[in-house]
Formats: sequence, structure tokens, C-alpha cells
Amino acid sequence: MAARFLHNFQALVAWLRDNVHAPEQFTLSYAAEHSQFIRFNHAKVRQAGDVRQSDATLKLIADGRQADLNLTLSGDDELDRQRLAEALAQLRQTLPLIPADPYLMLNDSAWDSRLQQEQPLPDSTQVLTRIEAGAGDLDLVGIYAAGPVCRGFASSFGAFGWHQANSFNFDWSLFHANGQAVKANYAGQVWDDEQFARRLAQAREQLDYLGRPLKTLTPGEYRAYLAPAALDEIVGMLGWGGFSTQAIASKNSPLQRLYAAEAELSPLVSMTEQVSGSLSPAFSGEGYPRSDVRLIDRGQALEQLTNARSAAEFERQANGAEPWEAPACLSMAGGALAEADVLQRLGTGLYIGNLWYLNYSDQSAARLTGLTRFACFWVEDGRIQAPVSTMRFDDSVYSLLGSQLEALTEERELMLSTGTYGQRQTGSSHLPGALVKRLTLTL
Amino acid sequence: MFDSTTPLRQRFAALRSGGEFFSLRHVRQSNQHLSVRKNIAEPPSLGRDEGAMLTVRVNGVEAYAATADLSQAGLQQALDRAEALARQIAAHALLDLRDQPVPDHRADYLSPNLDSAFPSLADCYDLLNQESASVPADQRLVNWQASLGLTEVEQIYFNSAGAELRQAQRFVFPGFSVTAFDGSDSQTRTLGRENFGQQGGFDVIQRCGLVGAGARVADQALQLLLAPNTPSGVRDLLLMPDQMMLQIHESIGHPLELDRILGDERNYAGTSFVKASDFGQLQYGSKLLNVTFDPEIREELASYGHDDDGTPATRQFLIRNGLLERPLGGALSQFRSGLDGVANSRACNWNRAPIDRMANLNIEPGDKSLEQLVGGIERGILMRTNRSWSIDDARNKFQFGCEWGQLIENGELKGVVKNPNYRGISAGFWRNLSAVGDASTFQVLGTPNCGKGEPNQVVRVGHASPACVFSQIDVFGGDA
Repeated sequence: MAARFLHNFQALVAWLRDNVHAPEQFTLSYAAEHSQFIRFNHAKVRQAGDVRQSDATLKLIADGRQADLNLTLSGDDELDRQRLAEALAQLRQTLPLIPADPYLMLNDSAWDSRLQQEQPLPDSTQVLTRIEAGAGDLDLVGIYAAGPVCRGFASSFGAFGWHQANSFNFDWSLFHANGQAVKANYAGQVWDDEQFARRLAQAREQLDYLGRPLKTLTPGEYRAYLAPAALDEIVGMLGWGGFSTQAIASKNSPLQRLYAAEAELSPLVSMTEQVSGSLSPAFSGEGYPRSDVRLIDRGQALEQLTNARSAAEFERQANGAEPWEAPACLSMAGGALAEADVLQRLGTGLYIGNLWYLNYSDQSAARLTGLTRFACFWVEDGRIQAPVSTMRFDDSVYSLLGSQLEALTEERELMLSTGTYGQRQTGSSHLPGALVKRLTLTL
Repeated sequence: MFDSTTPLRQRFAALRSGGEFFSLRHVRQSNQHLSVRKNIAEPPSLGRDEGAMLTVRVNGVEAYAATADLSQAGLQQALDRAEALARQIAAHALLDLRDQPVPDHRADYLSPNLDSAFPSLADCYDLLNQESASVPADQRLVNWQASLGLTEVEQIYFNSAGAELRQAQRFVFPGFSVTAFDGSDSQTRTLGRENFGQQGGFDVIQRCGLVGAGARVADQALQLLLAPNTPSGVRDLLLMPDQMMLQIHESIGHPLELDRILGDERNYAGTSFVKASDFGQLQYGSKLLNVTFDPEIREELASYGHDDDGTPATRQFLIRNGLLERPLGGALSQFRSGLDGVANSRACNWNRAPIDRMANLNIEPGDKSLEQLVGGIERGILMRTNRSWSIDDARNKFQFGCEWGQLIENGELKGVVKNPNYRGISAGFWRNLSAVGDASTFQVLGTPNCGKGEPNQVVRVGHASPACVFSQIDVFGGDA
């Protein structure tokens, strides 16, 4: 199937190169997948489906103007050429109706980037059997998503990019009868029964702790350890506008004060958009090769994520960011705290496995609120005592990752995106856990 | 309109399946997003999308396959894939649907004013340019943007029981925002955007108030920049409709979704503090609280004739005089739970399967004018226009923030305050509902961005509400 996607994309590119000539220029970005989605509830299959989809976004540029049209493709070469021709005609009709774009910027280099990974995926019948056998009488709920994901890019300047990878992502939770739950994930390209069994066993072990009587905390300030998945929620929230050139320039970035050097994070904090070695395509949908971008170095703001339009408007260098200028593969440097020592260093406080539904109490001050979720425990003298009831925090990033950050774990966790809005996402994050001296709980 | 009907009907009739029931849901849509930022037109973003979902039931087990290949062979292959999957999961299936009834209705549904022409792309840009240009020159106004989204959708549903349901809809999303910055703090004031969308034509733009909004919104952003922070403390809270919609959405809509109560969403969107046994028993709010699932307000975003599983949509009370009566559960969830529900089984597109979603979820008007609502408050605060939302996975502990706050003292509106936030717990919050605005305060709003489901789906939902007063709520401001 994946080879069919590549053939389909190449045929569209060939047609465009025959039919779009200077002074007109084009870019074509492409996305395709053939996915199997299997939802689980109570360790049984609640819903299952097979989705075959591909789409392309054609950008036409002429006379200093540009317009985009995204079209769904059928997979039939002839029909898709016809759809592309209609899209091209619509864009040709549109361009004269709009003014010249002062921020039009194109990458006119002819680059070539190809990555094709065709590792066979696990047989879904076997996967179902493994999951059901592994879960046993556990109350398991979640989703298994698998299949090839493709991204492509081509331009009239001769650029060509292709990224294709087969992958699976099993994202699940185990629920205790008391309503407490632990979250787990097993994702990759090669299914390993032993590795899956280990992950399941780890989750089952935490579930035992969750069966203890619940501890209800009162609002106040607590020492806390944020596991990588919890930190991922904070960093993910900052990613929306935090590092964006346009958001920073238009004063809508939550990291406004960091980038204005009016505030700083802990010297322990360094973050990079780590494209190299990640599972994300090495090129953007705008046709820029992507390379690593150092965003924060030892607590100080460094570079920003800049797409082509922002590069033109704010006179910066485009660095492969998508139009929304958010990290796709953020990597945060680890620290010196051994994971095995986390509970002991925490002493008495909160072990937070996950956070949930973050948003801003005061965006200018980078003040966030959100809730504990999944496997959060009260720890005393380095020992887990009890699961805690859901609590709301409200605190500034300049506190959590600044003045109150005590240590980061040496070990980091690679988390692959489970997002499937519109299509399966290829993003990831690579983060340590964070020990903080003070976390403010409000409700 | 509906020019795909005949060929699709013929192809559907020619499909062959070993299942006892199968259906085809075809979706074709086009969209256009235009924006002018700081008097510069951004490139238009256009879209065309078309595909179909085939669902089959084999020995009581259902599975689906989605494809954009709408040829006879393409549809048959998708149906075959769905059937193979249904057989594959049979030994592991949670549900036995052999006794679930199937719909056989035939009907058409059209958005209001669908036959009226929408302004041309050039005219739309003229409007956006005009509003952008009306923002006054002031160094503190650092960013502003006028935008207009348009989506036209046709859906055709056939099933092997003889149903044929067609709907053609047009959705319009106007928006305007201005950011003011004083060198340290920034404040953004918006109109529309994520808080407003309706079905219709140019009339939607007029109802949103986009025409002539530029200077007013800019002035409000500057007022916020100069305003003090919202004081912390317990106050009576007057929520205007463009915050009520978020309050309804998060702390009534999501908790009443029956698939959450049945546990389907526990790994992602979450659970609910509401239990199946609460329906008919739980006093959800004060006696002033009346909540309806209402697909009959034509311009509201999620008005439709049938849901995406083919169930006819009718107005139903979910909460009446504060008593919880009915969940948001479609035909499948009703079959699973034995509870009466509503026609809210919805999918975001052809590539995602229907699940329980909000549609139009409204609060019915009361009997107080806005003046009376304000006049009845001794020490309070008015908040309008949502900008921040956070609630726990059981939809209980929440914290919401607004763009605009205004203190109320001794029955009179006083000064503007910035960064207004409030927090509470759903289970108790609605019992503090102390006054409900009349029809003069009622607004039909909605958002295009409600996310849920595995795989993930984002759908349009409508919320109409009067202004409402809640007594003794914990409010607070920001740091800046």
C-alpha cells in the first residue's frame, strides 16, 4: 500500500511539472496513511476500523501572490490528476482576486530527501490475542493504531522529499475498581512480546498501589516529582506559541518575558527542537529542510521556530517550522538525578504520573493551571503511601522550571505522539522527570 | 446540490456483503479560510474533501472502513475490508448488536439561507480589510486580525434497511482579535473566532457583529491593558452567553455524554462524575436550570434532521427544573445502557466513526433582564468571552478564564478588570445558579473545536444561552 502512495505522489508531481511553468511556481505537500484503529473497553474490542486516506496541498505562486488548496485524493491516478487539474484551475482563478503578498518567501533550492522504512507490521490478529491474554481480568481501555504513514513534498524548483514509516502505537490505561487508573504506552515499529509484557507488568504493579485508600489533599504548596509524561503536558502547552516567531513578535507568546530576557528559567533547563534522529520528516510542509533548533540553553532563550512567512515579515531565517511554529520533536536535556533515587529525593510530597487539560491562568506570566491524572501518589519518607484524589495546580512556568526546580532525572523518556486528529501524527518528545521544591495546588 | 445521489445510490445498490446490515455515509465538503492581519491579506486557504465510510454488521459485530475511492470497486473493497475486520474481531468484541434496531428513514435537511449566495472571495477580503483598517493607530496595538471561515458540507447516508438521508449545510465563522501591549503585559480582546459560528450565509456575519467591530474591539483591548487585575475573593458571578457556552460545554455537555459514562473514553477524554443511576434522580442544578438538546434552532451550528447513525433528531430536555433527566447518548449507547437518549451519534468526517457528541446543548431563558440581573447583585463580577478552560477528566473540578471582567457593586456595573478567572466544582456549581436572563439576553453561539474520541475527532457544537448569575463563586486574577 505504501508503495502505491509513493507512486501516486510521484504521478501528481510529474503532472504538475508538465503543467506549471515559470513565471508560475508550485509546491505540493502530501500526506497519506492506511491505518487500522482498534478501540478497547474492558479489555474487549469496542470499535474497529480501517482508514485509507491521502491528501495533498497545492500552493500556486504567481505575480507575488500565493494561495493554497488542500484536496483529498482517491488513490486512482487518473481521477487524482483530474482533481489536481481542477485545483490548479481554481487557484489560477483565485490569484488575481487577491493582493500581492509582501511576506511571500519560497525556498527555491532543489533538495532531495528520502526515507523509506518498510518494516512489516505485526499481524493485528496476533496483537489482539496478545493484548487480551496480557490483560486477563484487568480493566483495560485504550486504542491500538497501526499502519504506514507517509509525508511528501515537491516543488517546481526541483525539491523532492519522501518520508514513509510503518509504525504501531498502543495507548492504554488500566483501571482499578475504585476508579483510579494507570496509563501506559507501547509504540514502535517492531512488536516484541516480551517488551509488551514488561510494560503491562509495570502498569499492573502501579495498579496495586492505586488500590490503597485514597488520600485527599488540601490546597497548598507541596514538593512534587513530575514524571516525564506530566512534564510533557507542561512543555506541550508551552509549545503552542511559546517558541513561535510570530507569537513572540505579536506579544502572544507565553514565553514573552523569557525571550525579552526579563525572566529566566533554571540553568538546568535546555530545550532543543531535535529533528535529527527523530521520527518526524526531515522537511517541512513548506519545503524547508529541517535541522535542530536550540530553543533554550541553560535557562536562557535562544532561537525561535520560524516559518517562511514569519521569516519574511520579521526578517529572520526560516528554520523548517510549520505555519503554526510549534515544536514537533522537542528534546529536553536530562539532569543528574537517577530515576532510581526519585522517591528518596522527593522525600515527602507528590509523585505525579500525568497531568491533564492544561491552560493559562495568566498567559503573559506563563502561569498555568491543570489537573493531576493517572497514577499520582502521596509519598512519605521516600515511600509510596497512597494514591491521591484529583487535584488542580496553578503555578508559573518560571517557578516550576525556574526558581523551584530542584533536579531533572538523568534518564529521559521518548514519547511518540498518540494524536490522530485528522491523521496520525508523527511528533515526539524526549524528556526527563522534574523534581520541584514547590507546586501550588488550588482545588 | 446532492448531485452525487444517483451514482452513489446505484453503487450502494450494487454492493455485496455477507453481513446482516451495512451502511454507506458519504461526505463531500469544501472550505475557505481568509484572514487579514495588520492590514495585510494572508494567502487564502482553500479545501476540497470527499470520501465515504462503509460500516457492516456481521453476526452482531460491527466494523468500518473509510475510503476516498468512490468507484464501485473502491466502495466494494472498503466494504470487504470492514467485513473482514468484523470477522477478525468477533472473538474479542465487547458488544453483540444483533438485536439493535436499524434506521430506515428517508429525509433531506438544509441549512437556513442555503440558497442565498455567499459574498465572493474578493468581497470577503474587502470586508476583512475594512475592519482591519479601522483599528486606530496606537503604538500599544501590536497585533490584530480579521478572519472569515466558510465550510459547506453535503452528506448522504444509505443503509441496507432502505434509509436515505441527505443533508446540505453551510457553516460560517467570522472573527476579529486585537492584542495590546504596554511593554510588559499584553491583553487580547476578540470577537467571534472560537466562540462564534452559525449555519447560514452573510446573515451570520451580520449577527456576529463583525461589520464595524474593528475600532470597538481595539478600544476594549486598550481598556483591558489599563485595567487593574481581578481581585481575589468570593463574589456573585454574572456570566454572559459567550462564557456560558463554555460553562455549559465543559460541565454539563461532556459529563452527560453516555459513552463516557459507559467507559469508552476513559483512556483519553475521560470519565464523568455522573453515573447511569443518576438519571431521573440527581438534582444537577437549582430549579432555575433547564437544559435542552435542541436541533431545531436553525442557525445553530449543530442543527440537523438526523444524526450520523440515522436517528431522527428532536428537542429533548436533559435537565428540567434542575433535575437530571436524560444523557447525551445516541442509538448505540441507548441500546447498551437501556437509557433514553438523544440523536447525537456524530462523526467529524467520512474517515471517523460516529460516537456520542454534543450537538446543540442550550440553556432555556428565564425571566430577568440584564438590568435586573446586575441589579440583584450586591458584590459581584461580570465576565464575558472565554479565553481559558481546564477541567478534570471526570468533568468536575474546573477553572475557566475570560477576556473581560467588570465589577458589580450594589447592583451597578463598575470598572473593567483584567485576567478574570473563576473556579469551582460542577457537581455543586449549578446548584448556585441564582438568576437566569430572559430572551433579551439569549444568544445563539457555538464552536468548531470540540475534541474527543479515539481516533481523535473534532466537531462543531452549538450552545445557546441567556446570561446567568451564580452566587458565591471563587474568583481571582492574574499575576501581571
